[in-house]
Amino acid sequence: MAVKVIELKCIGCGKCVRVCPFDAINMVDKKAKINDKCTACGQCIEACPVDAIEKEENKYRAGGVNVDEYRGVWVFAEQRDKELLNVSIELVGEGRKIADELKVPLTAVLLGKDIDNLAEKLVKYGADEVLYGDHELLDVYTTDGYTSVIYDLIKERKPEIMLIGATNIGRDLGPRISARVHTGLTADCTKLDVDLENRRLMQTRPAFGGNLMATIICPDHRPQMSTVRPGVMEKAKYDEKRQGNIIKFIPELKDSDIRAKVVEVVKGGKAEVQLEDSKIIVSGGRGLGNPEGFKLIEDLAKKLGGVVGASRATVDAGWIEHGHQVGQTGKTVRPSLYIACGISGAIQHLAGMQESKVIVAINKDKDAPIFKIADYGIIGDVYEILPLLIESLDNVDDIVEALNRG
Amino acid sequence: MNIIVCIKQVPDTNEVRIDPVRGTLIREGVPSIINPDDRNALEEALKIKDKMENVKVIVLSMGPPQADVALRETLAMGADEAILLSDRAFAGSDTWATSTALAAGIKKIGDYSIIFCGRQAIDGDTAQVGPQIAEHLNLPQITYVEELKIEGDKVIAKRALEDGHFVVESKMPVLLTAIKELNEPRYPSIKGIYNAYSSDNVKVLSAKDVEADFDNLGLNGSPTQVNKSFTPPGRSGEGEILQGSGREAVESLVLRLKEKHLI
Repeated sequence: MAVKVIELKCIGCGKCVRVCPFDAINMVDKKAKINDKCTACGQCIEACPVDAIEKEENKYRAGGVNVDEYRGVWVFAEQRDKELLNVSIELVGEGRKIADELKVPLTAVLLGKDIDNLAEKLVKYGADEVLYGDHELLDVYTTDGYTSVIYDLIKERKPEIMLIGATNIGRDLGPRISARVHTGLTADCTKLDVDLENRRLMQTRPAFGGNLMATIICPDHRPQMSTVRPGVMEKAKYDEKRQGNIIKFIPELKDSDIRAKVVEVVKGGKAEVQLEDSKIIVSGGRGLGNPEGFKLIEDLAKKLGGVVGASRATVDAGWIEHGHQVGQTGKTVRPSLYIACGISGAIQHLAGMQESKVIVAINKDKDAPIFKIADYGIIGDVYEILPLLIESLDNVDDIVEALNRG
Repeated sequence: MNIIVCIKQVPDTNEVRIDPVRGTLIREGVPSIINPDDRNALEEALKIKDKMENVKVIVLSMGPPQADVALRETLAMGADEAILLSDRAFAGSDTWATSTALAAGIKKIGDYSIIFCGRQAIDGDTAQVGPQIAEHLNLPQITYVEELKIEGDKVIAKRALEDGHFVVESKMPVLLTAIKELNEPRYPSIKGIYNAYSSDNVKVLSAKDVEADFDNLGLNGSPTQVNKSFTPPGRSGEGEILQGSGREAVESLVLRLKEKHLI
């Protein structure tokens, strides 16, 4: 057990039982007792008024390595259709900051076929070095192909940190590599910091449906691996004059190495919603009452030159496609303007949009939690307010003039 | 043909609320459920069993003794066997240690064509355990499966991407992870519930029973550690409620957005 109750100090107040998110503490004979559900999250340590709970450090860990042999920050530069994903550029931006703090080079790992131009781009965005594996079998992502090439690179070059975008592909690749290397992987990080004293990556991520944030470390294994949510980190700046070292190599891969083969690549079907890139998002929630409500949301979004977002409840109800979902299990967005219509503001939704610059909430329920984080709130029925708002947008100047005069 | 479905019992995170005064999680009354994506994995396995001859569906879970309830529910839905890996040695496992334990359980079962997991569990949202099990067992994997066909000794799956999908083909044995779009999970039948509770058919195995490598289990076997956890700092907006009639409120809003150059 990593978390331990010092029985002599425990006064049996039960505060730890109430704060434990995992139901992992019972009261036995008026003393707190930690059970098997404990994940060592540490909530109880903070809650204990008499410091009767403490954390034990573990001395030995299987598969641990000499961490001093590992240096350098790597980012996986995911490409699809010979284009870099936005998240790859975000990772270069974040990786650059971390590498500068640790005073080591930043390396981008790029796999594909005939994408020399992308390797150049990664340098201009801030990579000191690009490891560019060029092979037909890497043109389209496969778990087997990508894992094997990246595993070999890690074994040979020993980076201390590796960041991967938490895309549907990154979340397939990351765990596979981490298991092969025998290291830890922290999923869907929203914040990364470095503890310079021991060169540890402090990886913060939402847990428990966004109700809790946890900072995860990987003390004895290397590389320290994280997947990072798209849209969370700032993109690197493009600088035409930047110089870097592109190491192009041809990995040894045979057709028979790829066991799960991609036989067809289908684009679209669900038109990709550009939520992460949009400056204005108008989102609908359960308060719309029915799927037709999204017509109104769409009208307003169109009027504002924005896109349509949605809460998980509406996606679960089948009112709108998952691509529109904002929140813990959807997308993380930080637009200039976020208009939440009929959204109550569950934590898991807020987790995906609270970085927005200005938040407007429209809701019938004056006690809806969304109003607590909104800059401007209108208490009212979306079916009354939205048509008025759409109409007003045609006469903005008149309204401004009239109000200023008044 | 054996299909092993890995499930996790999780607290229904949709039902979790924050105590507005203390800023802590309110856990009381939060039900434990079978993780939603795992239900889709089980449903697909049961559909294969419905369609093909000689298919056995074995459900495997790692968890505390209370997870028995979740396993009985899978039996009631139509699974043939249920195994619970339960041992203090598993406590505090991260995804590496969890996948190590489950892989040991799967090896113990021995004969399988498909390992089916949910994409991710709602209490952690990591999506790691499936691929890590596949790696431990040296199996090919297809994650985010939204459509599945079996042809001879092969599976053909549609795997979802943000902007479309791949059609992926693999020989069995293979590990698959299911997403919501794959199917609509069935409800347990009355007869199923009766059978699930009338006999003692949830087998409980310890770490020793499955010959797991103790060095790689539980907290000590976990490369990652929680350094600290905290409730997310709430954003506080300007928090201005715009007063007046609907039209007045909308006009005040338009004025403010204009001032901030947002429209």
